[in-house]
Amino acid sequence: MSMKISPEKALAIATLARLEISPEQAASLSAQMDDILGYMDKLNELDTADVEPMYTPVDQPGFLRLDEVTKDLSRADILRNAPESDGEYFIVPRIV
Amino acid sequence: MSRIFSYSLTQVRDGLRSGEISAQDATRSCLERIATTEPKLDALLHVAAEEALSQAAAMDKNGPDASKPLWGVPVIIKDVLATCGMPTTCGSKILENFTPVYDAHCVTRLKEAGAIILAKANMDEFAMGSSTENSAFKVTKNPWDTTRVPGGSSGGSAASVAAGQCFASIGTDTGGSIRQPASFCGIVGVKPSYGRVSRRGLVAYGSSLDQAGPMTRNVADAAEILQVIAGHDPKDSTSVNVPVPNYLDALKRCGSLKGLRLGLPKQYWGEGLSAEVDEACRQAVELAEALGAQIVPVSLPHTEYAIATYYILAMAEASSNLARFDGVRYGRRSSQTQDLATMYTRSRSEGFGEEVMRRIMLGTYVLSAGYYDAYYKKAAQVRRLIRQDFLDALFSCDLICGPACPTTAFAIGENTADPLQMYLTDIFTISLNLSGLPGLSLPVGLGQDTGMPVGLQLFAGNMEEEKLLCAAQTLEAHLPKLPETPFA
Repeated sequence: MSMKISPEKALAIATLARLEISPEQAASLSAQMDDILGYMDKLNELDTADVEPMYTPVDQPGFLRLDEVTKDLSRADILRNAPESDGEYFIVPRIV
Repeated sequence: MSRIFSYSLTQVRDGLRSGEISAQDATRSCLERIATTEPKLDALLHVAAEEALSQAAAMDKNGPDASKPLWGVPVIIKDVLATCGMPTTCGSKILENFTPVYDAHCVTRLKEAGAIILAKANMDEFAMGSSTENSAFKVTKNPWDTTRVPGGSSGGSAASVAAGQCFASIGTDTGGSIRQPASFCGIVGVKPSYGRVSRRGLVAYGSSLDQAGPMTRNVADAAEILQVIAGHDPKDSTSVNVPVPNYLDALKRCGSLKGLRLGLPKQYWGEGLSAEVDEACRQAVELAEALGAQIVPVSLPHTEYAIATYYILAMAEASSNLARFDGVRYGRRSSQTQDLATMYTRSRSEGFGEEVMRRIMLGTYVLSAGYYDAYYKKAAQVRRLIRQDFLDALFSCDLICGPACPTTAFAIGENTADPLQMYLTDIFTISLNLSGLPGLSLPVGLGQDTGMPVGLQLFAGNMEEEKLLCAAQTLEAHLPKLPETPFA
């Protein structure tokens, strides 16, 4: 059986997901992912050409709240868990 | 008085209401129980002892409030639900120092009902796991046998309720995470219909699957909790705006299973089921029959596709949901911050555990260009077939009934080497989350080989939780009571 996920592919997926993995992790993850995805290929036994995908169990149409301004949280509360903040904004490393 | 912790929720609530038990008595009894059991169980991540005691003291000063159905009742919350001012880690290092500034909707409801939030329960990291071995902080043990897992991902909640650390816990169920640990620990667990309980403040894993629900020592207690937490929340667009029935009144009216059509799906009662689970569950079904239920064979033909379907969808949703952990607004930030991308990548990689990384990567893969149709869309299509199976089966029966898990609680370490093997243990619980329907796990006895609890599941039509509760309570009343856990 050909491998869907080579260690190189695993590294590429990690980059997409903003994760950093070691070459050893890439090797073991690629084998595990291959195993799991191989199992998932089972779904191809089913003909689903005419089946509407179901993305949520909720049948109701999305409802809207009244467009009212409310203040649930203060700025201080929102910033309370920030790793870095100046009291007004979230601070991130310089990008420009 | 020293054994208040062993009372049922309803018993302690009645004692509190009459003034026979003070809120401080109830709280102290649970805290003492936590002190003696926790070194062996590791069920909890945070105990708010001082806050709970001072709240109880303040409540006692004013006396019982009969308008509050849970007045003075200590409860424990799974650490995936936001609790204002109390740490909420999701069992992850990435949220190790996170303290929410608001309460999850169901926590607000519990507080309004007079409950005392005693502690936060351990769990598999971000609810990804079936054994609570994936917590970044500790491995919770099963109170029936501490060499075994309590199940997962709400394993801390299940162990705490079974051991008498509290009178109820709120767990969450994405693929069985309430029902499977309830089954492993010999307690009652209810996964409400999707949309019945608001998900606001429930840190999302699989948003189209997640649902919070009660974990308690008996069915009436579960009804008390569900009554409080169920109902529409305008701030959760997936919360369904339909009236909540009075579950407590419904329970008073039922007492027989006469005329109930109980559907047994053949896919749940055959291959892969351990002999002791089969035996205990069959006895419970025979009891149901003796109590007047009519046993109907039904079929859920797409069951064999459920695990693949579930894991594709859950991992896809997880990879998207967990993108929010970037070290900017909350959670861990790496010390390596030379540029923004490095900060994101290092913060995530230092913060997430192995199983979470694996699921994010698989989710990223199945959502990526070129694979989306083959995996994600395909799984969403099979999901509809799986739900249709349930709807078809419920056409010829009132409730569907099967074992909660193929085995009793397995040994710690037994399934950790092979992730796929661990996923396969979820076979009987995950279809329900795909369908969105409600389910309940009821302890029906101890397995004759392992001596560990066995859970029987009941599934009902959408929003028909009262049918589940009624049938389960009737069965419970006629089943032999489980012995006390070895901790008692």
